[in-house]
Amino acid sequence: MNEITPATVAAHGLSPEEYARVRAILGRTPNLTELGIFSVMWSEHCSYKSSKKWLKLLPTTAPWVICGPGENAGVIDIGDGQAVIFKMESHNHPSFIEPYQGAATGVGGILRDVFTMGARPIANLNSLRFGSPDHPRTRHLLGGVVAGIGGYGNCVGVPTVGGECTFHPAYNGNILVNAMTVGLADKNRIFYSAAKGVGLPVVYVGSKTGRDGIHGATMASAEFSEDADAKRPTVQVGDPFTEKLLIEACLELMATDAIVAIQDMGAAGLTSSSFEMASKGGLGVELDLDQVPLREAGMTPYEIMLSESQERMLMIVKPGREDMAKRVFEKWELDVAVIGRTTDTGHMILKKDGRVVADLPIDPLAKASPQYDRPWRAAPRPAVIPAADVPQTNDLLGALKRLLGSPDLASKRWIWEQYDHMVMADTAGRPGGDAALVRVHGTKKALALTSDCTPRYCAADPVEGARQAVAEAWRNITATGATPLAVTDNMNFGNPEKPEIMGQFAGCIEGMRDACLALDFPVVSGNVSFYNETNGQAILPTPAIGAVGLIEDVAKAVAIAFKVEGLTVILVGDTKGHLGASIYLREICGREEGAPPPVDLDAERRNGDFVRRMIREGRIQACHDVSDGGLLVAVAEMALAGSVGAEIAPPSDEPPLHAWLFGEDQGRYVAATRDAQQVLGAAREAGVPVHVLGTTGGQTLTVGGIGSISLPELRESHEGWLPRYMATA
Amino acid sequence: MKSAVIVFPGSNCDRDVKVALTQSTGREPLMIWHQDRTLPEVDLIVLPGGFSYGDYLRCGAMAAQSPVMAEVVARANKGVAVLGICNGFQILTETGLLPGVLMRNAGLKFVCRDVHLRVEVTDTVFTRNYRKGQRIRVPIAHNEGNYFADEDTLKRLEDERRVAFRYTDAAGNATAEANPNGALRNIAGILNEKRNVLGLMPHPERLADALLGGTDGRPMFEGLAAAFA
Repeated sequence: MNEITPATVAAHGLSPEEYARVRAILGRTPNLTELGIFSVMWSEHCSYKSSKKWLKLLPTTAPWVICGPGENAGVIDIGDGQAVIFKMESHNHPSFIEPYQGAATGVGGILRDVFTMGARPIANLNSLRFGSPDHPRTRHLLGGVVAGIGGYGNCVGVPTVGGECTFHPAYNGNILVNAMTVGLADKNRIFYSAAKGVGLPVVYVGSKTGRDGIHGATMASAEFSEDADAKRPTVQVGDPFTEKLLIEACLELMATDAIVAIQDMGAAGLTSSSFEMASKGGLGVELDLDQVPLREAGMTPYEIMLSESQERMLMIVKPGREDMAKRVFEKWELDVAVIGRTTDTGHMILKKDGRVVADLPIDPLAKASPQYDRPWRAAPRPAVIPAADVPQTNDLLGALKRLLGSPDLASKRWIWEQYDHMVMADTAGRPGGDAALVRVHGTKKALALTSDCTPRYCAADPVEGARQAVAEAWRNITATGATPLAVTDNMNFGNPEKPEIMGQFAGCIEGMRDACLALDFPVVSGNVSFYNETNGQAILPTPAIGAVGLIEDVAKAVAIAFKVEGLTVILVGDTKGHLGASIYLREICGREEGAPPPVDLDAERRNGDFVRRMIREGRIQACHDVSDGGLLVAVAEMALAGSVGAEIAPPSDEPPLHAWLFGEDQGRYVAATRDAQQVLGAAREAGVPVHVLGTTGGQTLTVGGIGSISLPELRESHEGWLPRYMATA
Repeated sequence: MKSAVIVFPGSNCDRDVKVALTQSTGREPLMIWHQDRTLPEVDLIVLPGGFSYGDYLRCGAMAAQSPVMAEVVARANKGVAVLGICNGFQILTETGLLPGVLMRNAGLKFVCRDVHLRVEVTDTVFTRNYRKGQRIRVPIAHNEGNYFADEDTLKRLEDERRVAFRYTDAAGNATAEANPNGALRNIAGILNEKRNVLGLMPHPERLADALLGGTDGRPMFEGLAAAFA
């Protein structure tokens, strides 16, 4: 059993070359525990071995960035001595295998990444992708994932304020569950993971270690085949109540001077947390595994080191502060144990029953992990489809109704009403709008939070699609009146060993880089999830963008709803009528093809800066960015949100009517204003194209020359789809 | 007014109610840890929302047995005002201070949204700043808010005018469609016999600030402040 055979090596996901490297580093054959540790540390999930080269291209700095990628989460300055700490992370593979626990522990893991740095979590978001609604598994997965996210977030008492959820057959075998947490900290009390000082106690806190989740990180680094269900034992089980205790206990201890470094035990559990702390501090560490609190007797060193039991943290504390740590954690009825010491040997030594069971050099393991420059091939860019080549339906308002009730555009109320989105009593902008608004507790300031990606654009053209994902996140924040500050990314792709998948990844990185640079929107944290493939079928490239913005006075923020009659409805930005890769083309014409809408980043910035200024000057009373479904869908969403209709008039000439109504040209906003003349004048001065569309009022949506449709009829379509779908057995 | 908020390890609306009380009374409540066995003299005790001990067992069942609760029950029996919100309401039924139970929502899902309530009685310290029959908009956020009691208990509650709030539609009608969780007779909140203990599922503390979208919860805290001024 303990003999290392080629089969054992392969079962641990290491290539023969990687195994040769293990032997070279050790100068001997590893034992099984050591092999297991190499296996998780060098897994794609933990080592970023295929993506590191590319991630370095992303812009990560700005005057307001305190800490970029490399720590548990990114940190930005929001003024007044406060910092916001945030990150998004995937839990795709486990959520497909066991949707409730997979999603729940995804939330738990990302919460820990944020509070381990000293922040109180104040908001959660998520980005979800499911297979076709017709696929027999979709309903079960959607129901389980939503219940899991709610079950965890509601109990820990952190509001889930926003997210997105779309469907496509490419996700039939690999759903995406990306969870984001945003936390608030004092700027001078941020905690990092680098251990400093020799002979300091290593303290384990939180839940006991059990046999759950062993090899979760390795599982998440391979494709699925028919055997996905057999991997269920690699999924962990979450305990949100213990997480709540852990948050409070850690924040209480962090208010003292006891902690030198702290790290959550996430993927690869005790292995990766202890390695990271020692490696970043240039130290060694000696652990006595007999001191680790265990859930059951008889666990081997292999199991203890690779367990992914949830709700656990590892800390290095100052000498003599062990008792203080114990008092705090015992108050919160959590396990706490000193399990080792830092050393100056540069080695990790594990002991059990008085014997050394593993002895590994830390730096080669943590830093010399394999890095690959995988071959890649860019997909040919698809042709632009002229609007004239897309058939115009005779019933344009009927098309609107169908689009609003299509799976991707239908209201996601059924989902977010299962999340407590108001706990902590600072949610000033609830789900359903462009960006959620969460007040900075005790101040007038608010954070604007969003997560965005349009995978069908990324599939058609990874560069343009990724530019669009970043631009849309920036636009959603802008549409509330807030200033976009920084981004966290969750890169979800297929098998990186295939050149076309690596080509998608490289293209998306290029697009994100362009947009982040042009919009002053640095990437401060992120996560890469490869191998989202089943039987060779990959997901659409999905670089989910989570973003944070800030508004100094939340009273000046606006929402999407038309709340008042008689306001002038205006359109900011140029309309060329781009129907390629649009929802109209897919839902009405049954075609998924063509180049996605191009993103003019200069115009994006100019238009957005103008809209934000108008909101802050109080000249705009409602605002919504134009994205999926185009202009008419945006106007309809604003009317439904405020239960006030509108009448708009199309232009007399170009583009063709269906392209004007449903084209997905970028860089656009619909706004309602009572100061139309001033806004138009300011737009002229700023060189921003603005057109008057019409006026708010009534209980219908009227398009001049075409006809009217009632708000209740639109609402039935928009709100009805998801509850009906989920109620069908 | 002097008030105390009981903090269980899994409480998560303790800060929210502290903010609402401070805003309305100008005085911060005392935050009392669940393991304390004594309580300072106060006019109002609040059991806040959350998941007191995780609620993996029946909601509130463990909290009802916690050290501090013996003193809360004693104070309630002496006439001190006790307000239980959401999980606090569940705990009050588990201690027996209020009759009935809160079962899993009829829809079997956690529900978080604004609901309309009709204020049924105003002769209490909790509801004195509302008008009888007034419709207010307040959020709910729970998985177990489906109020159940036997017929005799329901009759007593109605006869003694101890139903404080009912779920209604926007027009004030207690319809089945307006009932978010299946609660019998659309009951959202009830009083004890002496009318000094109120339990309710909705969260008045969450809509006590115009910037959060409404202030209909505020009269409850202002009424309490006035009652104990």
